[in-house]
Amino acid sequence: MLKGKKVIAIGERDGISGDIIAECAISAGAEVIFSSTECFV
Amino acid sequence: MDLELQLRIKNLTEKNNNNKPIVILGSSDAEGTGIVAETVISGDPSYAGPLTGVQLGLTVYHIFEPEIKNEVNQDLYENKVSIMEIALDVESIIEELERIRR
Repeated sequence: MLKGKKVIAIGERDGISGDIIAECAISAGAEVIFSSTECFV
Repeated sequence: MDLELQLRIKNLTEKNNNNKPIVILGSSDAEGTGIVAETVISGDPSYAGPLTGVQLGLTVYHIFEPEIKNEVNQDLYENKVSIMEIALDVESIIEELERIRR
């Protein structure tokens, strides 16, 4: 599902960060076009 | 959801309209997950940001969901993500996303 797809990674400070999501998505063959780590509180 | 982030996602989606991006979330609870997912699927529920009334219709998953988890390098997932599965309420996060995608 992720291979060759463009991905937007929206992480959260108290959850999983955008950088880690991006790293995971890349490992699955996706292209990460944007990543951020939010604070939803 | 942050107004600047809404604008960024709107612009990125318009720019990549022929290959719509998939959104992967790393939010820590069901409520936050639901708000972000709703915003990038049907528009800003708070009627405050650039995605108000804009239905991007993006596909949204949480990194904990099997659709994503099973495609990620398993060592990487084990080392950097799985520890948070213990700390967070994975079931309620996934239930919320399933409800919104319906």
